[in-house]
Amino acid sequence: MYELKFDEDMCFACGTHDCLVKCQHLDLDEDMARIELEKFINSEDPWVLHDCVTCYACEEYCPNGNHPFYLIVQKQEELNIPPLPEPLIKQGVQLGIPFRGEPEIKEINGTALNMGAFSVLTNRVQSRLFEGLTIMSDDPRKMFHYFCQLMYLHYAKTSVINERLEKIIATIAAHKVKKVVHFHDECYGTYTSYAPAFGIDVPFESIHLFEYLYNKLEELKSDITPLNYKVAYQRPCSSRLSPDKHLFVDKIFSLIGVEPVDREYVDENAMCCGATILGQRKEGRRQYCNEIQKNNIEDMKNAGAQICVFNCPACMQTLGKPVGKSGIMPLFMSDLCRLAIGEKVV
Amino acid sequence: MSSIYQALIEIVGEDYASNRQEELFTYSKDLGTSESKWPEYVVAPKTTEEVQKIVRLANEEKIAIVPLGGGMTLAGLALPLKGGITIDMKRMEKIIEVNEPGRYMVVEAGISQGKITSYLHKHHPHLMHSEPGAPPAATVGGNLAIHGQGDLAHPYGFNSDMVNGLEVILPTGEIARFGSCAIDAGWYTMHPLPDLGLFLGWNGTTGIMTKVSLRLFPHKQIRKMDLFAVENEALVPEILYELTHVGLSEDLVAFSSEIPPMMNKLHSISIVITGDSEEEIEFKRHLFFDVKLSKYIRSGVGGIAAVSQDRQRPQISKSADWKKGGGFEYVGAIMPVSAYPECYRRGAEISARHDIPYTVLGRVIGSSHGMMFSWSYAFNRADPETVRHAREALHETDEQVMEMNGAIWKPAVFGQKLMMDRMDTNTLQLMKKVKNLLDPNGIMNPGNWEVIQ
Repeated sequence: MYELKFDEDMCFACGTHDCLVKCQHLDLDEDMARIELEKFINSEDPWVLHDCVTCYACEEYCPNGNHPFYLIVQKQEELNIPPLPEPLIKQGVQLGIPFRGEPEIKEINGTALNMGAFSVLTNRVQSRLFEGLTIMSDDPRKMFHYFCQLMYLHYAKTSVINERLEKIIATIAAHKVKKVVHFHDECYGTYTSYAPAFGIDVPFESIHLFEYLYNKLEELKSDITPLNYKVAYQRPCSSRLSPDKHLFVDKIFSLIGVEPVDREYVDENAMCCGATILGQRKEGRRQYCNEIQKNNIEDMKNAGAQICVFNCPACMQTLGKPVGKSGIMPLFMSDLCRLAIGEKVV
Repeated sequence: MSSIYQALIEIVGEDYASNRQEELFTYSKDLGTSESKWPEYVVAPKTTEEVQKIVRLANEEKIAIVPLGGGMTLAGLALPLKGGITIDMKRMEKIIEVNEPGRYMVVEAGISQGKITSYLHKHHPHLMHSEPGAPPAATVGGNLAIHGQGDLAHPYGFNSDMVNGLEVILPTGEIARFGSCAIDAGWYTMHPLPDLGLFLGWNGTTGIMTKVSLRLFPHKQIRKMDLFAVENEALVPEILYELTHVGLSEDLVAFSSEIPPMMNKLHSISIVITGDSEEEIEFKRHLFFDVKLSKYIRSGVGGIAAVSQDRQRPQISKSADWKKGGGFEYVGAIMPVSAYPECYRRGAEISARHDIPYTVLGRVIGSSHGMMFSWSYAFNRADPETVRHAREALHETDEQVMEMNGAIWKPAVFGQKLMMDRMDTNTLQLMKKVKNLLDPNGIMNPGNWEVIQ
């Protein structure tokens, strides 16, 4: 089976241990971080594995690209330290089982748009922004054949990802696509970060949605009317797997004339939406989830945001309503871009 | 033209009586697995007096009458088993009175649950009734005739426990009233008058309800449905016990189904939490999740599967899709909550034997005083073989319910016989006496609750 490409020596030699020191949810200084890292590298039982909220952020904090988060998750599974109660893990694992027939595989000439497991959002891409892309996985009955599986990092189940991912990749590849734009950046992270880290071959090129949107907006520049909104961006956990694409957030904002508000939970210090934290086993996690959500929304509000921009549908599902109730309009990034080119968003 | 048909036209007008095949066809069907049974006439009265005249006519002609509400029971309870006149009550849908401070409303019994909900939303947003787990077209009278339960079963019990008064046409045509309305003192209470209890749960075999006073309850402005999941079915009763001890939920339902796969061999407990503010919601959530259920979360055997999601309440009708062809029927039974694990296991076994994906659900009634447990069986209406399997599964389930010391809820005739076979002789004879006394000509929905001995 696939093995994580992880260099222990690189960690031992690390001068910062930023992966843990920078963690927003754990309180460790550099010495403690080093001790904890050594423990879990050696498959001992450090408290970090019990307390990790699985926010993915350490993947970005690691200055060496050594995949500390994938290691944490792998060790949680190996040492049987599941972050979630067993029924939720079973439910989640069963969620990804396709049960309504096989997908219809058609050859796609050119670039495809992969909706992954969010086929129900296909109406969001009925836009000039996506003209020329052929949509894969537009049938909600078949969407789990395109489900990237990366969600199982929250479940400490790299075994499930590794068992299923090959087939998902084969399904996408069967469309004979060379380039794929992924609607959800969790899919992008799967094929550009996770798969290489575990030595899984991906026979197509992946394009990040925000990079695609930026380039498309450049093409449609003459149609853009600056929106003049103040916006807050709700950065999702999976974006930590592609920090090199985060710059497109500001580039898009600049192009469509919106102003990102100056707030605490931004960029590297972005705050998790809390969806996975809510159900975790550790005592007090529900209240902790409430607290970080409240702080996050307060932060947007205090900074004067009029719109909260989402990338991830799960973040939208979790935070969309409370954000709306606080007087800030929740919008997907693609919808915000559609507004900028004069399209209506329903 | 037959004299009965002519007489029916004279009572309700020619637009509301029919003996035409194309219209009788509709009334010959039930949504479940029952065989078609054809009425000879269909009539749709508008007033109590019209109902009274129809009943008197039926007595004169010694012809069967079957009152029909929304026709949603699935168990064939409003099919004319012995022909006769089907009385479609849906035109009797007036809202007569809403007493806001007294929290009750008086309605005609043919009114649909959906119309009540919609009316209260619009005109009395602080009041609600207990809408049953049925499509909105289900009627109040039909639901009471089968001892239905609804959204408020946990705090307030069966819907038939939420009646403040009744007006009934007796099988011999007299109009009788029960509760405070019987002494012309308004419709606000059923007690303390002597208990006559002759109509609720009798499947329309002892009379036809024409007016009902329904209890209404505070309608909180925020409504959330949270889910708690466990894998071990044996935990469900104790978790429900914990939740009912808190007692702040409007509805508690445990369910499991083979499809979709994410639900398979797992048990989700939906907890409806309501409040007039987010603070009230959070206060209740704290008691449920942080106090009562935290031990299950910490030990990893139970988890908060979702909060505040846009989820519909569990709908067993969705299982109709699993065999294609859109058919499903279920056995409902009133069981002790402690029987949940056994109910689930036996239901899954029966389903597997008949190659039907299992769907089971148990709704808590009262403070864990009981639950309405349902076993659903899907079938393809166009495939007689799957219909046969579903029918056999239903019968096997009826038998299993009796074996587990349950009481079949809204039993079809097969289930009624099973219950009557086991019934205390004196009770059975009393039922017979009551029926014979009220309905000397045996015209009221004959074939149902028919005591043969």
